[in-house]
Parts: sequence; C-alpha cells; structure tokens
Amino acid sequence: MSLLSLRHQLRSGGLTPAGLLDELAAKIASRDPQIGAYLSHDLAAAKAEAATVDLSLPLGGIPIAIKDNMNVLGQPCTCGSKFLSENYTSPYDATVIRKLRAAGAIPFGRLNMDEFAMGSATENSALQITRNPHDLDRIPGGSSGGSAAAVASGTAFAALGSDTGGSIRQPASHCGIVGLKPSYGRVSRYGLVAFASSLDQIGPMTETVEDAALLLGAIAGFDPQDSTSLDRPVPDYLATLNDGVKGLRIGLPKEYFGDGIDPGVRELVMAAANKLAAAGAELMEISLPHTEFAVATYYVIAPAEASSNLSRFDGIRYGHRVSNPADLLDLYRRSREEGFGPEVKRRIILGTYVLSSGYHDAYYTRAQKVRTLIRRDFETAFGTVDAILSPVAPTPARRLGEAAHDPLREYLSDIFTLAANLAGNCAISVPCGTVASDTGSRLPVGVQILGPHFGEAKLLQIAKAVEG
Amino acid sequence: MSKTHIDVRYVANLARLELDEAEVTEFQGQLDAILGYVETISKLDVTGIEPTAYPSPVFDRMRDDDPHESLPLVAVLQNAPDQAQNQIRVPKVVADA
Repeated sequence: MSLLSLRHQLRSGGLTPAGLLDELAAKIASRDPQIGAYLSHDLAAAKAEAATVDLSLPLGGIPIAIKDNMNVLGQPCTCGSKFLSENYTSPYDATVIRKLRAAGAIPFGRLNMDEFAMGSATENSALQITRNPHDLDRIPGGSSGGSAAAVASGTAFAALGSDTGGSIRQPASHCGIVGLKPSYGRVSRYGLVAFASSLDQIGPMTETVEDAALLLGAIAGFDPQDSTSLDRPVPDYLATLNDGVKGLRIGLPKEYFGDGIDPGVRELVMAAANKLAAAGAELMEISLPHTEFAVATYYVIAPAEASSNLSRFDGIRYGHRVSNPADLLDLYRRSREEGFGPEVKRRIILGTYVLSSGYHDAYYTRAQKVRTLIRRDFETAFGTVDAILSPVAPTPARRLGEAAHDPLREYLSDIFTLAANLAGNCAISVPCGTVASDTGSRLPVGVQILGPHFGEAKLLQIAKAVEG
Repeated sequence: MSKTHIDVRYVANLARLELDEAEVTEFQGQLDAILGYVETISKLDVTGIEPTAYPSPVFDRMRDDDPHESLPLVAVLQNAPDQAQNQIRVPKVVADA
C-alpha cells in the first residue's frame, strides 16, 4: 500500500499506527523467514512511539524500515558485520531518523546489508543471506538488499537505504521497486556509519515514485552536523511530480548501451525511453567519454576512503574485542581479523595500498583527477540534456553464490551506477518490466534516470512518467 | 614480480589486520587482478587536471562554536568492550619503570 494511501487511512481512522505495526510484525513473522530481509525489529519500542504520534504530520504514524547502518537510539546497528553484531547499541539518532520522526514516521525494523555496505548482492553480510522475493534462488542485489527485499515482499511499506556506488539503485532494480540516490549534499549522513565519505548518500526505497518523493522531502535538507550537506531549500517534490516530460531532453549515453548488456534488459530500457518520447520528451544520443575509467577510479577512491573510515573499528571503544590480547597491537590486529569479513578486508588492504607512500600519486591522486574528468563529462552532458537514461545493471539478478571468489567480476557489474556517486549527481531506478529467467521466474528490471546536482524534482517528474 | 604485485601481508600489517595463510593466498590473486584492472587509469593523460576530493562546490564549512549537550557518559560507555571507573580499559601501553 502506498504511503499516501496509508496516510489517508490513518487520518480517517480506518487504520491505527499500532494496528499497522502489528500487521507488519505478522507479515515479517510469516514471510521473512524465506526472504531474510530483517536482522531485527523492536515492536515494543515502535508501539511506544505509535502511542503518541501526530497523525497530521506528512508521514504521521507510518512505519519506515531502516538499513542496518543508520543509528537509531537504543537499537542495534550491525552494518551486517560481526564486528558490531555482538555488543553495540546506538547511543543516538541519525539525522535522517530525527527528520523521519519530525515528519511523524516510526522507524521500525533493521534491514540486512553487505558488510559495511561493501557489495552488490547482500551476500557479504556476515549475519544472514537475503533472497530475492521474485526468485528465491537469486540475489536481491546490494548493498541495500534487505531494504529492497523487504519493500518488494511487502514486509515494509518503505525503507531507507544508502548508496555509495549503486547500493540503493541496483537492489531496487533487481527487486522491482523504486530507489533514489539523492545528490551529494542533499541528505545528511550524520549517524550513517561511513563507508566512503565523498560518495555516500542516504535515500528512499519505495513501491512508487510518489512515495520516493514524499520520503525524500522528509529526510532532505541542511544539517549542521554534516558539513557536506548543503544549505538549500527543499522543494515540494510532490507538487511537480505530474508535470510530465513534454519538451524535456533525455540523453542516451552511447557508452552505456554497448556490449555486455543482457538483450532483455536493453529492450526494456529502450521501451522506457520510447515511452518518454511518446509522452513528448526528446531523445538524444550523448557521450560520456570517460565511462570506461569509472570502475577503476571508483575502486581506488572508495577503498581508500573505506580504509580510513574503518580504522575506527579497532576494538577499543565499541564493537568486537579479541579475548586475552598480548598487547595493544595484538588487540587491534586480531580484533579486526576476527570482526571483519573477506570483502571488507580486501577493500581495507586495497585502500591502504593505494594511499601508501610511493603509490599515493600513481593511484589515489590520479584517480581523483580522473574523477574530475568523469564529473566534467556529466556537466557537459547536462548543458545539453535535462536528464540521462540508462540501464541500472547490465543483467537481471544473478543466482546466489555465482560470483564467489571473483570480486573483480562483481565490481564490473557496477559500471552504470557508480559514476553518479563519483560526480555527485542524483539518480533513480524505476521498474520498467520483467524478463523471464531460465527457470521460468520473472525477474524485474529497472531503468536508471540521472539528473544534475540538486535536480531531484525533475528527476522524480521523469521517473513518474516512466512509471505511468 | 609483476608491476601490479601487492605485498598483502605487509599492507595488511599497515592496516592492523592479522591474516591467516589461506587469506593471504586468496587475497593475493584477487588483489593483483583488481590492481591490474585499476591500471587502466594510467592510460589517461591527466596533466593539468585538478583532483576532485568532493563532488560538491562547498569546502571546509565550519559551524558556529556553540556549546551543546554531548552524549551522556553512560551512553558512550555502554558499548565499550571493557571499562573501569567510568573509563574505557585497554591493555597496558607503557612499559614498567
């Protein structure tokens, strides 16, 4: 059920906040054992909030599920990691949680994710497997796989995810829901456990574009506690949602429609483009010439920042500490060895390497310069077009376990999503159809629309026209 | 040694990660492959290009230095693996005199 219809029914008395929470808890109990989207949920805490909630607020009484890397006072925040799963309780609320509550929403449920958001399948969670609700043998995508699977299986009305290189959009695409990565600086990250600070953004994952607009309006805005958030007004994203696409110019980057794309995916993405053309948009081929360097650039910058951010997990102040350490160094080394999973270790080592003396200029500084070229590609394109349309992922959801031991192959599948993080643009994944798998299941496919920095209103407007 | 060979054990030690033999072996091949791929950025001429650290036009924003409530001590210490006398306890870091 959409957030707006929930709001309507809550206000008219047809539903109560406590009743909604009971209904969700029952669905989690009956459906989630097959899916594995939830790591935990605290019905008593949510009901205590429901008792005093103001139904006149924009999200009054509506439960929103949260990716398990955002702090909610008194709740766990495991980041899908053993490091934080044994003994960590959030001592404060993230800004997005404070804003959700100010809008009347009730944070309810903690959703599975790749460990510290590093992955594209949620298979890097140290805690459990999450399955795609459309085909239980397949991945939900990642890293916000729990968020996508919960919304797609109806155990959450909407969720928050985080996106560092596609972690909202790719699971949204694989699970057939809407996922929006806001522009860098649009949403505060205070209280989000940092992965790569120049790339991370929090965004809505919802059933409909309208719900994404509503939820983004609630969480967006300046926050003195995140110095990278920008002090610009938050527009009413619902007000312009139905303005249509007549006269808008939509760019199709030739580099995003090359080899390696599943034919079914290509067909559905082109059908979405043609739908926009039929509604009055003008399609134009454009070029983003540095696309082929985006994956390499990302996998220098993101691990570099991760290796620095994750140095806080040292076994001293919170999280896992090894028993009987010989000395302080032994405590650090073995606590991190025991607490982190393989993908996190790989990225810490890679990041430490590219930042180390003798390699810093060749890798890290060079990647930052290529990042400038990638950013300029988008600036040039947005001088000509209002938005860019592309696939979200080259293929539909793959089978569980298929990419084991081949991290490079997995990284290459991020090709269409991570440039938006490098450039700081906003981008959304909207469902555009399904393709048949070889076992007869129908696998959802999303189309990505990218907009310029702080162009969310128009992005949502175009997404709404794709959704129809 | 190939150009993109990474000394996994040495770098892991810099990152304060203890690895077992199986991990060193597994990561060696994977990281060499990833670094080999990353080498593609060395093909580009980046002379005169400014690096991008943040994809946003605002830098080094400072907030007003207004005193405000901090987290209560009990909330901070609740997550510490070991504590004593309202402080976090760690292994001894100074030698005996």
